[in-house]
Amino acid sequence: MSVVTNTTTIGAIDAPSRRNTELVLLLFAVFISVFAYANVGLALNGELPSGMLGYGLGLALLAGVAHLAVRRFAPYADPLLLPLATLLNGLGLAIIWRLDQSERFQALKTFAPAASKQLMFSAVGVGLLVVVLVALKDHRILQRYTYISMVVALFLLILPMFFPAVNGAKIWIKIPGVGTIQPGEFAKIIIAVFFAGYLMVKRDALALASRRFMGLYLPRGRDLGPILMVWAFSILILVFETDLGSSLLFFGMFVVMLYVATERTSWIVFGLLMSAVGAVGVAAFEPHVQQRVTAWLDPFAGWGKVAASEQMAKSLMAFGSGGTLGTGLGQGNSDLIGFAANSDFILATVGEELGLAGMMAVLLVYGLIVERGVRTALAARDPFGKLLAIGLSGSFAIQVFVVAGGVMGLIPLTGMTMPFVAAGGSSVIANWALIGILLRISDTARRPAPAPAPSSDAEMTQVVRP
Amino acid sequence: MNKPLRRIAIFCGLLVLALLVRVNWLQYVRADELNANKHNRRVQIERYAHERGNIIVDGNPVTGSVETKGSDFKYKRVWKNGPMWAPVTGYSSQAFDASQLENIEDGILTGNSDQLFFDRTLSLFTGEKKTGGNIVTTLNAAAQKAAFKGLGNKKGAVAALDPQTGAILALVSTPSYDPSVFAGNSLKDAEARQQLLNDKDKPMLNRALRETYPPGSTFKVVTAAAALENGLYTSIDEATRSPLPYRLPQTTGNLENEGNIPCKNASLREALRWSCNTVFGKISDDLGNQKMIDEANKFGFNKEIFTPVRADASVYPKDNRPQNAMAGIGQASNRATPLQMAMVAAAVANDGKLMQPYMVAERQAPGLDPIYTHEKEQFSQPLSGENAQKLQQMMETVVANGTGQNAKIPGVTVGGKTGTAQHGLNNSEKPYAWFISYAKTGSGSPVAVAVVVEDGQANRDDISGGGLAAPIAQAVMKAVIDSRR
Repeated sequence: MSVVTNTTTIGAIDAPSRRNTELVLLLFAVFISVFAYANVGLALNGELPSGMLGYGLGLALLAGVAHLAVRRFAPYADPLLLPLATLLNGLGLAIIWRLDQSERFQALKTFAPAASKQLMFSAVGVGLLVVVLVALKDHRILQRYTYISMVVALFLLILPMFFPAVNGAKIWIKIPGVGTIQPGEFAKIIIAVFFAGYLMVKRDALALASRRFMGLYLPRGRDLGPILMVWAFSILILVFETDLGSSLLFFGMFVVMLYVATERTSWIVFGLLMSAVGAVGVAAFEPHVQQRVTAWLDPFAGWGKVAASEQMAKSLMAFGSGGTLGTGLGQGNSDLIGFAANSDFILATVGEELGLAGMMAVLLVYGLIVERGVRTALAARDPFGKLLAIGLSGSFAIQVFVVAGGVMGLIPLTGMTMPFVAAGGSSVIANWALIGILLRISDTARRPAPAPAPSSDAEMTQVVRP
Repeated sequence: MNKPLRRIAIFCGLLVLALLVRVNWLQYVRADELNANKHNRRVQIERYAHERGNIIVDGNPVTGSVETKGSDFKYKRVWKNGPMWAPVTGYSSQAFDASQLENIEDGILTGNSDQLFFDRTLSLFTGEKKTGGNIVTTLNAAAQKAAFKGLGNKKGAVAALDPQTGAILALVSTPSYDPSVFAGNSLKDAEARQQLLNDKDKPMLNRALRETYPPGSTFKVVTAAAALENGLYTSIDEATRSPLPYRLPQTTGNLENEGNIPCKNASLREALRWSCNTVFGKISDDLGNQKMIDEANKFGFNKEIFTPVRADASVYPKDNRPQNAMAGIGQASNRATPLQMAMVAAAVANDGKLMQPYMVAERQAPGLDPIYTHEKEQFSQPLSGENAQKLQQMMETVVANGTGQNAKIPGVTVGGKTGTAQHGLNNSEKPYAWFISYAKTGSGSPVAVAVVVEDGQANRDDISGGGLAAPIAQAVMKAVIDSRR
């Protein structure tokens, strides 16, 4: 009988937790953000900003709390997601603070500094991340709430219709004493839960019960129901809330998840066809959307006449003046964009002050977050986790593309926020929650399989030597 | 489910790639174009971010820069004696762009010109503060002052040239404006500018370069030059076979003279001395429209002139016979800028050689090194040296004992020609008083000048080139000669 009872050699096969890697990267992210903050202060006032210590400590505290929570409650989670999000959040804070210092903004009657608020919202966001990690022991629990999340998501999406439009889009609700909330940001996550739960159950029906027609697998009419519903729903959002971004986002997310669930290309063809029909149809009679499209086609044509065109043109000029290396933080004039410079248009400031180099870095950071999300989906062992992870990271990718592409004039501007960087409470909180869920799924995915339970037969097995 | 996941991953990668391509396109390929866009306020911000270079007259700057607060434009342009120099410098306003020299030489003045590339690169290493280069003008401060003072509160313009080089010595337009009042971008500046724009006297109009007047009798110098050049008369003292009264060709009307002056068969010299309309009208008709146009063009008519500030084209038109006869005495559709008439006087004074007029003698880098120096350049040869000297004799007679006696300067030979140009429907408005002249010393002619006074205040009968304009021309010429001594 073997005397060896200790199995250390097998232990090495365990996936390493990589928590220390995460810690180092987090320190790096905090350091870059504090450096950016100091840079702004030196450029604008020739001295280190007085709030630098508080700001640095605040950001470090947030990162530390998040890190400890991950270490304790999701030890095998992906080590890159948290530092990447922290980097974007910290950089965003520095840029928002930089825009707060703009004399042009301070001269406006509506001016209110946004950086301190953003730090507070980031804290709430990180708090929500911790809550997700603590309360959600296993992401599969969410499966139970498939239909409840549908109801909640619908409620959140419909809610803004009853509130007055802000700057042409009805995507805000105003709660006295709390401020304005953009429920769409939260609906994004909740609707992903619904899609994941629904598709996991219906995927076989959707995938297999179809007829072949002209090389494509056409779904049956009754299976077409839900997709038509989502299509109609996104059109409704577009019409009643004039929110081009959200409808694109929900529809895109649904198509992506449907495709992953059914592995049928035909769904993508349908999805693209329907979104094209919807977009053209709405653009034909919705002036808000038409305005955006004209502003996109030739932003300079509407200079001085159409505010949307002028803002678009100013955004392009901000990118242009940044050039390859940028003017340096605090030394550009991106605040010329005026309204929404620190929210929807914050990338223009990145482009002008950090230049092409900085923009590529920021875009790659977003790309990495998406990549880690997709990797999580690949690694997840259960279909629900796969669908949820791809839904969340897919929607994140679409949002980044739609906002950045809009601000850079690649596609018509839709007016969503750049995750983590842009000023906006709902956005920052919701995206931290999104990261929390991805961390949870990746923790489950990367956790080493539990050691096989000792078999009661094991004792009986003996090697009989002659 | 992993196969579609990998495809989605590729799709997300393509989205990011599209963004990366787009940002490269925007920030690398299109950066220059976007930066140069006329709507880009950064251009103005940059223009006023540094101390602007100066415009220099006689070694002293007539401009300056002051630091301003409460705006994204750091420096504001100021002018010394703005109203006097405005026709030369133009304006440079934070809110309303720039004009004339301030605009044309903006690259040097801001220090952004490609000509300053090496200076900029150098200061990158030496760490010097960025400033603009200077523009050294050809103007003569004393002459400018004399002209500005001479015009006083009358409406009019003066242009003076150095006939031997083409250098512009004085350029005055009254009423004038002070560009300093709207150099900033505040509401007050906007109001001040609007007030100037609304002023019915048009103070912002550069009358010396941008206003064309009927040149009146001063144009007879050109007509005389055409007569001599085309061999219509060989001597300036032979009789001209011109009748009195002279009937305008193809009409039943007579061309009248001012008063009862001896013009019948008068010689060229006498005709110019008395300013005979009949004689010069007939010359113009004898030569025909085309020959008159050719000669006028040689003096610079029918063409915009860049000094480098643009001067409007003076016009000697294609026209029918009676109109051509009238144009020959500086009426009808004949129109000239004060600069143009100064060029006429200068060409005669310089023995027939007309020099290209210019006002930028030198462009200086911020370190005061010259990066451009003007070389004098001939514009044309409107008449031969011999004929030019004949014309000089005629013009000198005008000043010595003709209509231009108010321009006499003791000890200096002065040649000139008066003009009283009628305008308005049926001459209903007050005529313009003209005087063109040159002075001559031992070493050729140092100055030629044209003065126009469009005076609405004087009595109609008092308006005459000799009475109103000649004293101003005399003061300008005297100032130039005195400053050369």
